Amino acid sequence: MLDIRPILSTLKRHKVTAILLVLEIALTCAIVCNAVFLVRQRLDWMNTPSGIDEAHVVEVRPVNIGSTPAMHGRVDETLQALRQLPGVRYASLANELPFGFESWNDGIKLDKDVVAPVMHVTAFYGEGLINSLGIQLLEGRDFTPDEYAWLDDITSGRKDVVIPHVVIITKFMEDRLFHGSALGKTLYYGGEPMRVIGVVRDVARPNVMDRSLTYGSMLLPVRMSEGIGATYVMRVQPGQGDAVLKAASTMLREMDPNRVIQRKRHYSEVRAAYFASDRAMAGLLVGVCVALLIVTALGIVGLGSFWVSQRRRQIGVRRALGATRQDVLRYFQTENFLLATMGIALGMVLAYGINIVLMLRYESPRLPAAYLPLGAIALWLLGQAAVYAPARRASRVPPVEATRGN
Amino acid sequence: MGTEFSYYLEMAVRSLRRNPVLTALMVVAIALGIGACMTTLTALHVLDGDPLPGRSGSIYMPRIEPRASDASNEVLRPDQLTWTDGMALLHAARATHQALMVGGEATIRPGDPGVDPFIMPARFTSADFFPMFGAPFQFGQGWSAADDEGRAHVAVISDALNARLFGGANSVGRSIQVNDTSLRIIGVLAPWRPVPHFYDLNTGAYASPEDIYLPLTTARATQLPRAGGIQCWSTGSTEEALMESAPCAWLQFWVQLDSADAVKAYLAYLNDYVHVQHASGRFELLKPAELTSVKGLLDEKQVVPGDVRLQFWLASAFFVVCLVNTVGLMLAKFLRRAGELGVRRALGASRRHIFAQLLVEAAIVGLAGGVVGLGLAWAGLGLVRLNPNRSAQLAHMDISMLLTTFVLSVVAASLAGLFPAWRACQVPPGLHLKSQ
Repeated sequence: MLDIRPILSTLKRHKVTAILLVLEIALTCAIVCNAVFLVRQRLDWMNTPSGIDEAHVVEVRPVNIGSTPAMHGRVDETLQALRQLPGVRYASLANELPFGFESWNDGIKLDKDVVAPVMHVTAFYGEGLINSLGIQLLEGRDFTPDEYAWLDDITSGRKDVVIPHVVIITKFMEDRLFHGSALGKTLYYGGEPMRVIGVVRDVARPNVMDRSLTYGSMLLPVRMSEGIGATYVMRVQPGQGDAVLKAASTMLREMDPNRVIQRKRHYSEVRAAYFASDRAMAGLLVGVCVALLIVTALGIVGLGSFWVSQRRRQIGVRRALGATRQDVLRYFQTENFLLATMGIALGMVLAYGINIVLMLRYESPRLPAAYLPLGAIALWLLGQAAVYAPARRASRVPPVEATRGN
Repeated sequence: MGTEFSYYLEMAVRSLRRNPVLTALMVVAIALGIGACMTTLTALHVLDGDPLPGRSGSIYMPRIEPRASDASNEVLRPDQLTWTDGMALLHAARATHQALMVGGEATIRPGDPGVDPFIMPARFTSADFFPMFGAPFQFGQGWSAADDEGRAHVAVISDALNARLFGGANSVGRSIQVNDTSLRIIGVLAPWRPVPHFYDLNTGAYASPEDIYLPLTTARATQLPRAGGIQCWSTGSTEEALMESAPCAWLQFWVQLDSADAVKAYLAYLNDYVHVQHASGRFELLKPAELTSVKGLLDEKQVVPGDVRLQFWLASAFFVVCLVNTVGLMLAKFLRRAGELGVRRALGASRRHIFAQLLVEAAIVGLAGGVVGLGLAWAGLGLVRLNPNRSAQLAHMDISMLLTTFVLSVVAASLAGLFPAWRACQVPPGLHLKSQ
């Protein structure tokens, strides 16, 4: 650090270029810190657990061309046949999947007479869905066969239909609404009282609008009919997914030629589709960061080379006066370190400024302080790497340069 | 002036070739900045577009609050109508044009038994849809209000479906099998794609337009499956057969109002309607009616993904860094030539001449950066289109974006050159003659 004073006085002679370099490093530091933070948030969000046995769940979604008069029998028959397929452990006809795009939502109340619902939740329908999706039951029990009712019967308004009055909720709902065990407690859904008979590990809802309510999900003992987005979900033996998808779609078509298979896929594809834009955004942010660092490094190389070529005579004089090559090398490295430090200091202020704008406009969280030292280290290293080649060239300037002009 | 300029040009090219590395660094910096900026700007430009250029200013969505006071749903401003209200407003015909519609799914069975049936997005609407939105016809035409009343079995298809089923030939008069129903084709649209898909955001803000259009009344009578958003309240159920009487909002309604007076009159009419309904025991919440413009709806629903704007700001910041970098490099380059410039000044070149020459040099760097940047933007848009999102598929560069790229690049590089050129002009003539 012996060189700091002469470095500073030399930099004063190159005030403008030095300021530009500091500015560039500052902007890069500020943008990279924020961009890396944004990438981190995306990755965290993309890794949100769905709460189901993702590796073994597949779906086949049929659409009916004509009307099927006896839909209940048709669904029962189809589920029976699907459960017989080799590799299939469980099968259900569900209304929606975690992290799918279609969602069935409503508000629930804890008190019938209050107008505003206490929470908006999604309701999963489907017979035996806990097994078919591989949801973990934490407390209480699953629905019994006699508790189920058909969705179209429920919505028909017929008086003879027995509407279910039991519900299974997630741990998240239990914690949020009941602050203790929810078993046996009552909530109101669509105006109807529902008794909580089970609590499951958190299951993500489809089409998450509000991330703080990602796990606002419950299960109702409702049997779906085909159509309105219903999809056959199956939990399969390990490695049997492809074979089951193929066999199931062939079978669905054969049982009823009026069925068209709209979609068949592994659950991993559901998830990938849901987070596709987050993945793309994370990739883009990483790309911009890399490009920024490259441009900044190139700028340091360019200006470094310029300074070296301008100061050949000075360097020669110093060499002639006894400075070793090491001294010259260290001189340029220290110079870059000083410039980078100024840039980083300014960059941290800017990084917080950008973060405040992001918080106001994009509801981004506050930038954790840990990103700043990381950004600083990255830029110091980048600066040292970029300045190495020009500095080495400077160190090779022979002492005889001192005797030349310019 | 012409010869002067070509002299500057020659000097500039020569000088740029003298330090290829520094020149390359500047070009790369500009190109990367321009490439990133144009990629994101194009994406934003496409997504933020006007779905009906020249028309959208007179298209409005009437909004009324039909719910009972026990409505548990918190959707504050419904953007769909119930069947009862939709039909009432449609039949009142108080606007230049009005169309009531809902999305749907049509399973099309090709005549060839060897070909599997396939599912296409459908729109069930009323006669004014085509004239109101200016959908262009390739063959034939839309249907009439009488067809709506008579539940005629007619259909208009997209050019894509026409190409798939009939090889692009004029298929007017032929029939098409949709689910259990046979429909007569009366029109084939020319390629048409309003972006965003403003008239029904529930089926996807950037959904492609539907491939088959038929009267809403016909679709309901033949029980074609509906698609899109639905909000129910009170005893409302999503039972399809009861949809016409259920307390559920599931239809989109749009009107064309050609003047400010027409807008005012229509709003007054809507509010009268709301009051009449309230008096008859419906519309318990009694909220004033609204007319939302196309632009207003797109803003309210925040249709352009926040990510796209964020990307644009990020790219702009990146561009600024690239420009700062370029200023530094140009300064280095110009000052390095202090000796040469001193000689030229001593030989009689004025400061203005030197300044002009250096600016031309900067502009050439900008031009070169623009060419490379265009290549990068083109590649960048290719990458954007790899994104499976529907909105991303639309990102293509048009002529105006192409020109913007070059203008932006040259202007930015020239601006970056202003200060270095000015500094270089300050070199006193002859000073460097001595030292050399």
